[in-house]
Amino acid sequence: MTFGKNYLVGVFDDPDVILESIKSVRENGIKIHEIFSPHAIHGIDDYLGYKQSRLPIASFLFGITGASLALFTIIWMLGFDWPMIIGGKDFVSLPPFIPVTFEFTVLLAAHGMVLTFFIVSDLKPWAKPKVFDERCTDDKYIMAIDLGENKIAKDEINKVLSDTGASEVNEKNFK
Amino acid sequence: MQVSSPIREPLIHGGKTLHDVSEDICRQVEAKPSTAWKIGFVISLAALSIGAISVWVLLWDGIGVWGLNKTVGWAWDITNFVWWVGIGHAGTLISAVLLLFRQKWRMSINRAAEAMTIFAVICALMFPAFHMGRLWLGFYWALPLPNTFGSLWVNFNSPLLWDVFAISTYFTVSLVFWYVGLIPDFATIRDRAKNKISKAVYGGLAMGWIGGAKDWSRYESVSLILAGLATPLVLSVHTIVSMDFATSIIPGWHTTIFPPYFVAGAIFSGFAMVLTLMLVTRKLFKLEDYITIGHIELMNIVIIVTGSIVGIAYITEFFIAWYSGVPGEQYAFINRATGPYWWAYATMMTANVISPQLFWVKKIRTSIVSTFIISIIVNIGMWFERFVIVVTSIHRDFLPSSWAMFYPTIHDVGVYLFSFGFFFTCYLLFSKYFPVINIAEIKGILKSDGEKK
Repeated sequence: MTFGKNYLVGVFDDPDVILESIKSVRENGIKIHEIFSPHAIHGIDDYLGYKQSRLPIASFLFGITGASLALFTIIWMLGFDWPMIIGGKDFVSLPPFIPVTFEFTVLLAAHGMVLTFFIVSDLKPWAKPKVFDERCTDDKYIMAIDLGENKIAKDEINKVLSDTGASEVNEKNFK
Repeated sequence: MQVSSPIREPLIHGGKTLHDVSEDICRQVEAKPSTAWKIGFVISLAALSIGAISVWVLLWDGIGVWGLNKTVGWAWDITNFVWWVGIGHAGTLISAVLLLFRQKWRMSINRAAEAMTIFAVICALMFPAFHMGRLWLGFYWALPLPNTFGSLWVNFNSPLLWDVFAISTYFTVSLVFWYVGLIPDFATIRDRAKNKISKAVYGGLAMGWIGGAKDWSRYESVSLILAGLATPLVLSVHTIVSMDFATSIIPGWHTTIFPPYFVAGAIFSGFAMVLTLMLVTRKLFKLEDYITIGHIELMNIVIIVTGSIVGIAYITEFFIAWYSGVPGEQYAFINRATGPYWWAYATMMTANVISPQLFWVKKIRTSIVSTFIISIIVNIGMWFERFVIVVTSIHRDFLPSSWAMFYPTIHDVGVYLFSFGFFFTCYLLFSKYFPVINIAEIKGILKSDGEKK
């Protein structure tokens, strides 16, 4: 995500109002930088035109890696590197290898996906987030509009926001 | 702000606004610790320190300080291990299985239940680790690391090794699941923080979360997939724990009913522990509007269901032992119920099979006092279940000349006390410094809660 310098910040009190406002704002040809909310708003992706997250695919790929890595390692260790007769069974007897394979699949799928999530969402302990309005983690729904990205005049955007139910419209400048 | 339905009781009482939710749940994080909390913390720390003496003796002298003998080679250690793992399962069940079933009532209790899972799994891990005797060599014995034993690898055919992988995967996956859920709430605390230190600490923990729509969308898919992964994981963990016994040839252990029976027992004891903890937490932190009688009743219903499954499993086990026609198997069960450990068997039967049936009475399952008492009885009963399975099956083994009894020593008790001290110290620290209820999820259901979509 690229960051501009000057933003117009619409503050809303209700998730349903902000959803309607997103619709009008986008119909007026205004580009929205991002919406910030204290909780997940269902259906907001459709209003903003966001595609569904591909994290499940990442998780699946990590899972497949885990499954094959575990299975190949076990078969190599007990079947080829140091074969031993255990309970009179074959060196490579698949059923008892499945539990560890399953656990390792879950291990990689879960951790791989969470790490990917941290990377794509830029979550890290030393992150310095650009906060548009501190109340967005409490009880306000925030719409940030990058003035540099939009050709439409500031006053006009301001009017659209106020007309569609924003309780406040503020300006926010980052250095 | 809150919309109420004429038909359905709202999940959250008190007509809360979004801001009220932040206030109510962050209050105890921001305030000075209360006297009740301090007393509880001192008691837990005392238990931890007294128990630490036993742990020290155990590590210095070896597991000979326990009451084990050549017949009863597994006793309190494995009992405690299975008991703690079982307790942990309720947290995953609440956060993962109920998420997949879209049960919104889980949101008031999932945070604390997941914390309980994590601490309980650490307590569980202690026991097999201590039982290895030389803890510091554990990595070489339990993990497939390159070594100088001729590159002899660990035995992947053994359920004990499956346990290593199952429990460690379960622990780390539960930990990230819990942490991902905590991130938005840490951000809430960070933005409310008045002093520099808490702003820096919670800011670091929140990892720069500001609640953008794109991040929320990813957060939701991560939660859903983690829930989907954690559900088969939690079932596999206790299945594998039960296979520690079921794949042996000891009469009383060698039964195919063990996996489902252990999983049901785990959920049963876990819900009992969640209730014990939540009833205290709710009272201490004044969260009655969030954890309502409705929540308690639903948890009690889960206890009736799983308690009844456990009861049927006990009876089935007995029937199959008789029906198998194997004298050794039959003797193991008769000895279990009428032998020298009859009192443990009777405690288990009363506490696990009879006491949860009291919840059929609405007055009992909606009463806080009776729920609290029964939840503790169930926990005691489930400890005895594991003790009965472990000790009564092996104390009279194949040669009558080697029959023996198990008598715990002070160090058996001490190490168990250590795990309790650890559990409650961690839980109290969590409940003071972390939000005990998922703030963001509660805010998400305030409006739609009870309202027709």
